[in-house]
Parts: sequence; structure tokens; C-alpha cells
Amino acid sequence: MQTIDMDTTALRDLNAALQAQANETNQTAWEIVNPKGSHAIAVGLDAPIEVTVKGSTGYYCAGMNKQATVHVAGSAGPGVAENMMSGTVVIEGDASQYAGATGNGGTLIIKGNASSRCGISMKGIDIIVHGNVGHMSAFMAQSGNLVVCGDAGEALGDSIYEARLFVRGSVKSLGADCIEKEMRDEHISMLTELLARGGCDAKPEDFKRYGSARQLYNFNIDNAY
Amino acid sequence: MKDLPNGAPRTVPIQSATFTNSVNAEIRRAAATGIYDIRGGGAKRKVPHFDDLLFLGASISRYPLEGYREACDTSVMLGTRHAENPIKLDIPITIAGMSFGALSGAAKEALGRGATLAGTSTTTGDGGMTPEERGHSKTLVYQYLPSRYGMNPDDLRNADAIEVVVGQGAKPGGGGMLLGQKITDRVAGMRNLPKGIDQRSACRHPDWTGPDDLEIKILELRELTGWKVPIYIKVGGARPYFDTTLAVKAGADVVVLDGMQGGTAATQDVFIEHVGMPILACIREAVRALEDLGMHREVQLIVSGGVRTGADVAKCMALGADAVSIGTAALIALGDNDPRWETEYQALGTTAGAYDDWHEGNDPAGISTQDPELEARLDPVEGGRRLNNYLKVMTLEAQTIARACGKNKLHNLEPEDLCALTMEAAAMAKVPLAGTDWWPGKSGTTF
Repeated sequence: MQTIDMDTTALRDLNAALQAQANETNQTAWEIVNPKGSHAIAVGLDAPIEVTVKGSTGYYCAGMNKQATVHVAGSAGPGVAENMMSGTVVIEGDASQYAGATGNGGTLIIKGNASSRCGISMKGIDIIVHGNVGHMSAFMAQSGNLVVCGDAGEALGDSIYEARLFVRGSVKSLGADCIEKEMRDEHISMLTELLARGGCDAKPEDFKRYGSARQLYNFNIDNAY
Repeated sequence: MKDLPNGAPRTVPIQSATFTNSVNAEIRRAAATGIYDIRGGGAKRKVPHFDDLLFLGASISRYPLEGYREACDTSVMLGTRHAENPIKLDIPITIAGMSFGALSGAAKEALGRGATLAGTSTTTGDGGMTPEERGHSKTLVYQYLPSRYGMNPDDLRNADAIEVVVGQGAKPGGGGMLLGQKITDRVAGMRNLPKGIDQRSACRHPDWTGPDDLEIKILELRELTGWKVPIYIKVGGARPYFDTTLAVKAGADVVVLDGMQGGTAATQDVFIEHVGMPILACIREAVRALEDLGMHREVQLIVSGGVRTGADVAKCMALGADAVSIGTAALIALGDNDPRWETEYQALGTTAGAYDDWHEGNDPAGISTQDPELEARLDPVEGGRRLNNYLKVMTLEAQTIARACGKNKLHNLEPEDLCALTMEAAAMAKVPLAGTDWWPGKSGTTF
């Protein structure tokens, strides 16, 4: 286990050390202490390493992650795991706005609540939220899965493309072109796997599925207002 | 016109200056279709521009350099503020961001080839970086856009600079739309969306909302790229003093400022023509912001929007810019709107020089299209050669003017080398109206 103390190590040195790890590295376990809400912790990683952040983080923790598993033993600021490509990011506490924004792949697990715009413009990432998500979540979501075990705020899935949204609780309102869809066996199966991956014991049958009505896919003046 | 039956003369019909034929035609088109006009390009209306400025040249009080033999340095360094590897360009004329998707692969390759031959940079666009573009561009700037289509950390690290796009001159405050007819399998794959659907590009970034957030976003980009490459911030010409100030505050190495004449692949005509300011009105305000911060020349300024000639380049330098960007002009150099395709332009209901339906993908010149047959009309090697020629001519023209003003470096041109032909241009460029020592708003004057 490599331990980096942010009280004594600069952010640049921290990230440089983590980014320097290659696929075949033997130093697979890393611990970051005293993060104290610092921004851009563990961004741009590209190796199968496990990083545990002992505390809460600021903006963009694990941004653009590839391969790595980043575990935040606290809450995460805005844009956690933004544009993640692969790997896993786990937040023990809550996540601020834009969690998983534009993520292309990998899994983001938020054990608390996520704020507004969770999964905005997601492009293939799987996001599993144990609690609630705020307004405008999955805005312009292109692909991937957003699982919400609690409630969703206003305008869920506004202008959504092909992403799948699963919500167990209430949805305050659906955004433009987002509709409830039939929960078929294939979706139950898919959700079962997602819940297991996210460490949730919720029953897939309790969820509703939402997705695109595909009415905004081609420009039409009647949809322009 | 015949007189009235009683022999009295008729009132001569007068076409309204407000309801012109073109205005009326657009009203009829809107009434018939219910769809606003979407097009490519920049503002077509006449606005105060570089043509409204003149260089004074040398005289008894200024000593010229010999026009052909004496050195006149055109190189420029970009990104010297924070980047470990700033960019050195041989000429201060860069190629603006234009996407693969909006443009054909051949066109992107031609831009890369031409820019590389001329010793300058080219820029990606919405949709990400293609291998052809990277391969043919010695210096490639990677645009970081709100849509993040095709964006990934490998390409970020593979770029020579990163340009965070906040806005563009054709549509400050607006997003974009790539219509479904241009979404081929490859374009769809790069953007992770189904083939054939319209792809919207958001008007604001998904994970930051203001200058304080932007500063942290730039920190993330620098951490990801090891603080090696310059970070540009591109803004549309709206509030140049404040936008430049905030861009510098957010940590930009380079500010890119795009006036309303700057082109877009597609947006509403009403947006292009009625939102944003001419580049002439933006440059001095951006320079003033840099000077107020003590950052002029430390944070470099690239300006764009209607740059066409070496004279335009020289005027931008004289007003305080470090470099310019060209987009529309580069496409014309490749063959866009060339009269050789007039028959086909006519078939599309337009004419060479006016074709702007770039979003429809039917470009006879093979540039703003994804149709393989049309794309095949553009030879990227020949296109690169033409672009290189054009860039060389612009550079020689700018050098000619600089030498005539006694400058051995383009960047030594200064506002004192200029005068304005109109009150408007004098006010915007803050140079004297020709034949006077005054411009509207000049400090110490009351008008």
C-alpha cells in the first residue's frame, strides 16, 4: 500500500505518481489521506490500480478515469468521474452536481445522494445511485444506464437519446421527450446485474424504466419551443 | 411606365427600404414552411471591418524597411504563460476549429496538410480528433467543447494545445446542430449516437457553469496533461473586455476571440446576423483587458472572424493581437463556393459565392459533406497545396505592409500605424479618423 499525504504532497506530485503507473505495475494499492476537498484528485489515471481517498474531495475527482478503481471514503464535489472511460469509482457519501457527466464507460457508484445533472450527456457509463438524484439528471443522456434507488428530481432525462434510466422511487417530472417505458425481461436482467455491481439489495421489479420517445431526433419546428 | 388614362403621370413605385425584396422573400418562405432558416457561415450583413482601416506607411517621421530583402519576422509563440511546451508557429495565421462531421475527412486532411506546410496549427472541432487529422497536422489544437463528442483523455494528451470553447462569433450563447443527413456510420460512432439523427451540441459545458468553475476545469485539464500543453479559451465577440479578463483569471494561456463574421457549420440565420459583435469592435477591448491585467503578450490573443488577406492580418497585429485564425477563408482556398461548380450550385437553388447550406451535406466542392462521391472531388494533397499557397500570400502581404511601416517584426505593428475611414471604425478600433488626431470616445475629448 502506497500512502500519499496531501498535507505534505502537492497535487501535481500526487497525480504524476498515479498517472505514472503502467498496466503491469506492482504498486496496485494507493491511499490518499488528508484530501480536504482538494480538486482534481486522481484525474487521468490509466492503469488497473486501486486508489482510496480517505475523506471528501472537491471538483472532478477521478475525472476521465481509465481502468482504475477509485474509492472515495467521503463525499465528492462537482463532476466526479466526469468523462470516465472505464474502471470504477465509488463514493461512500453524497456526490455534488454533474456526477458522471459525459462518461463514456465504466461504473460510478454513489452510495448517498447525487445532486443535479447527474449523468448529464452520459455516453455509455453506468451510474448507480443508492439515494436520490437532483433535477435535470440524465440531460441529453446518449447511452449507458442510470439507476436511481431513491427519487429523481425535476426534468429527468430531458432531451434524452438512447440512455436507459431506472428509478425505484418517485420522479418529480420528466423532461422533454423522456417517457416511461415498458420494463421487459431483458431490462430486469440488465438491472439485476447493475444493482449487484452497485452493491444494492433493491429488487429490480420495484423500478420503472424511462427513456427517449425519439420525437426530437430530427429537427421539427413543432418541437422548437 | 404608362401614364394614367387621362394623361397624368403616375406615382413612381418605390421599393421599401425596410421591406426589401429579400426581406419579403424570407417572410414568404417562413409563412410557407414554418421553419426558420438554418445555414452555415458567418454574418453576411455589412458591418464595420478591417476594410475601414488604412495603414499610414512610412514618411519623413517613419523609416521604412526594404520591401523584399530586409527581414520581417512573422513567428509567434503561443502558450508561454503556464505551459511547459508552448507552441511556436512560423506565421501568425492559424486554422480555426472545424469539425470532422461538418467537414469531410478529405477537407480536414487538406487543412492539416496546408497548415503544416505553412508552419502553423490547425484545430479539431466538435466530434473529436481523427487519425488523419492528427497524422497530417504537425501542430494540432484540440477543441474541448460542451458536447464532448468523441472527447477522451488519450486525444487530449495527443494534442499540442487544448482550446476550451466557451462560444464562437457566429452564435455567442448558442449551441450547434449537425443534421442527420451528415451522420454517417463513422460520424455516429465517434459521437456515440445513432446514425441519421440530428446531433445537438449544447450551448454550455456540462460540468462547469462560471469563471470560478472554469478555473478548476482548467486545473483538471492541466493535471491530466502534466501542465505540458497550452490551454486556450475561445469566446465569441460579445463582451470582450470582461470575457478576456475572466479567461485570464481562469488561467488561460491564450484567449481566442471570434467576431460575428466567423463562420459556423450550421445555426439559425437570425442568430448569425443579430447576435454578437464585429471583430473590429472586439480587439482593442480585449487588448485593454490584457493591458489592465499586465498580461498583454504574456497571455496571447488570437482573433478571428472575417480575416481574408495579409492586410487584415497586419491590421489585427497592429490592434494588438498575437495571431489570427481563419476558417471560411481556408475553406474558400480549398475550393468552397468555387464558380467551377456553378451548375451544381444552381441546381441547389443558389450560386457560387452564396452557397451556405453547409449543414445539408450536398456541397459540390466536397468540403462540407459526408457523401463519399462528393468528398472524392477534393484531393487533400492539392487542397493542402492551395491552402499553403494562400497562407504564404497572406504572410507576404502582411510583411509588405509591416516593412512599409518600418517594422522588422509583424508584432511591432501598432495602432499608431493605422487610421480609420469611418467614424464607426475609428470608435471601434480606437484609431484616428483619417486626417484627424481624434476618434469618438478618445480620452480627453468630450465626444
